[in-house]
Amino acid sequence: MLLRVDNVSKSYGTLKVTRDVSFSVEEGQTLGILGPNGAGKTTLFNLISGDVRVDAGSVTFAGQDVSALRPHQRCRAGIGRSYQVPHPFGNMTVFENLVTAACFGARLSERQAWDTAAEILDKTGLLPHANKPAGSLTLLNRKRLELARALATKPKLLLLDEIAGGLTEHEAAELVAELKRIKAEGTTMIWIEHVVHALMSIADRLLVINFGEKLAEGEPEAVMGNPDVRRVYMGLEA
Amino acid sequence: MSATVIRSTRASQATIGIGAALCVVAATLPFWGESSWMREFVEIACYLIFAMMWNLLAGYGGMVSVGQQAFFGLGGYVMLSLGNFLGFNPFLAIPLAALVSALAALPVSRLAFRLQGGYFSIGTWVIAEVFRLSIANVSAVGGGSGTSLTALRGISRATREHTTYWVALGCVVAAIALVYLFLRSKQGLALQAIRDSEVAAESQGVGVARMKLAVYVVAAFGCGMAGALYFVSNLRISPDAAFGMNWTAFAIFIVMIGGIGRIEGPLIGAVVFWALNKFFSDYGTWYQMGLGLLAIAMTLFFREGLGGFLQRRPGFEMLPTRRILKLDVQPATPVPAHTPAAPSQLMPKVSL
Repeated sequence: MLLRVDNVSKSYGTLKVTRDVSFSVEEGQTLGILGPNGAGKTTLFNLISGDVRVDAGSVTFAGQDVSALRPHQRCRAGIGRSYQVPHPFGNMTVFENLVTAACFGARLSERQAWDTAAEILDKTGLLPHANKPAGSLTLLNRKRLELARALATKPKLLLLDEIAGGLTEHEAAELVAELKRIKAEGTTMIWIEHVVHALMSIADRLLVINFGEKLAEGEPEAVMGNPDVRRVYMGLEA
Repeated sequence: MSATVIRSTRASQATIGIGAALCVVAATLPFWGESSWMREFVEIACYLIFAMMWNLLAGYGGMVSVGQQAFFGLGGYVMLSLGNFLGFNPFLAIPLAALVSALAALPVSRLAFRLQGGYFSIGTWVIAEVFRLSIANVSAVGGGSGTSLTALRGISRATREHTTYWVALGCVVAAIALVYLFLRSKQGLALQAIRDSEVAAESQGVGVARMKLAVYVVAAFGCGMAGALYFVSNLRISPDAAFGMNWTAFAIFIVMIGGIGRIEGPLIGAVVFWALNKFFSDYGTWYQMGLGLLAIAMTLFFREGLGGFLQRRPGFEMLPTRRILKLDVQPATPVPAHTPAAPSQLMPKVSL
């Protein structure tokens, strides 16, 4: 078991955004997370990556309780993440974005980080943009950069937050191809996505969240056939 | 794949060459220049070092402190006390005073770092006022009316002026070199990442809190050094002069004009400030209002400052911290993901 989330809860004031959620992810698996807007999906990521601390419950990663660790410590432990709204280091070049991640997330020496960064730029199709300021990239390339930078931290677990959102059909297909390759290399992933067919093409399991609670979890087909999920997520009558 | 990275530009090689030559010429100034030039240099050197530190803090670390005069004044008073009371050579007391300022920054940071954004700014200002009022109550250093640096008596005026000038030159060169080398290093990468996005930096493994503390302490060291240097040259210190808000105000002006969050910013800004000060300071209040208006105009219409204007022209960076990946390497693996499939593959051939 690479990641175990046990009875995690989080409130902002009186608003409970995550209620008693538990799930786990096996090494090499891809877990897809679905849920309506405001269901608490991104909060769940923040709780795993450490951007937000849990009020109750625990997050165990690779056998270690990481609930009290800061985000940079969790990153170094092997949890890499991308943000729904890309957060590039806008004044730095694309290459430098990755070098930073490789130096500090993967704890490489600078020279090793150069090689790693160039390699990942090549793989993710960003090599032609290597020396551009990250702030000047198009949306697709910013999303690619989010992914590439997270990869440069050499994560064991990759958290992807709506990385296909806002992309055209064709761009989303490119992204899925890329993710499939990353998955084939053995990286464990959790992917929050509204583009259901993209998610279905790669996820081994699905988790559906509604009002901060776990609504369903299991094999993708079984979950999508679940009457509660159809009602809540797709507005369909069962 | 083995990456080749370029870290200098033609402009940067020229800058370093010209800079080194200028330093050599500058070092000989006491033998041919006037003493007023040396005094002017020392003063602008203090402003420059102070502004460089403020740029590190605010431009890179996102810590908009308006209370750096706390460390400037402290540096001045520590240098004076070491000289007057403990018999230290004031010139040798400058690095010690800087060190004391850096140490003082540790407990101060515990207090200031509890505050965020605008509260942090006001908090640092309040802390500087506490420093000023505390020192004003110490009668040994003359209380509110201040005191003179007596430790340099007995040294001839020429020797004092020359030594002060050389020390100032040394401090400026050291400060520029240290900031430059730091920003080019791996740690500099982390600091630039923090400048661009704190949240993302933290999630990419950068220990943001620790880096900010380090920057705060280094900035206090630099400000303390500038303060000690200024009052070695000035020979007289008072709480109002040492802990005056205008130190930070001028530093902000210098950085804004030159370009915040850029290494060249304070250098360019200090030259502009020196020129404006030289030609317009006789206009008194009008001059200061002009400076204010200029700063407002810059922040509204020309945010990148003069440094940013130059940097947008590739190869014009004087002190580049960038890492340019050499792209003549052939991609190691074909990238099928973003090469559109040939039409023949999409449309099955139909034979009739």
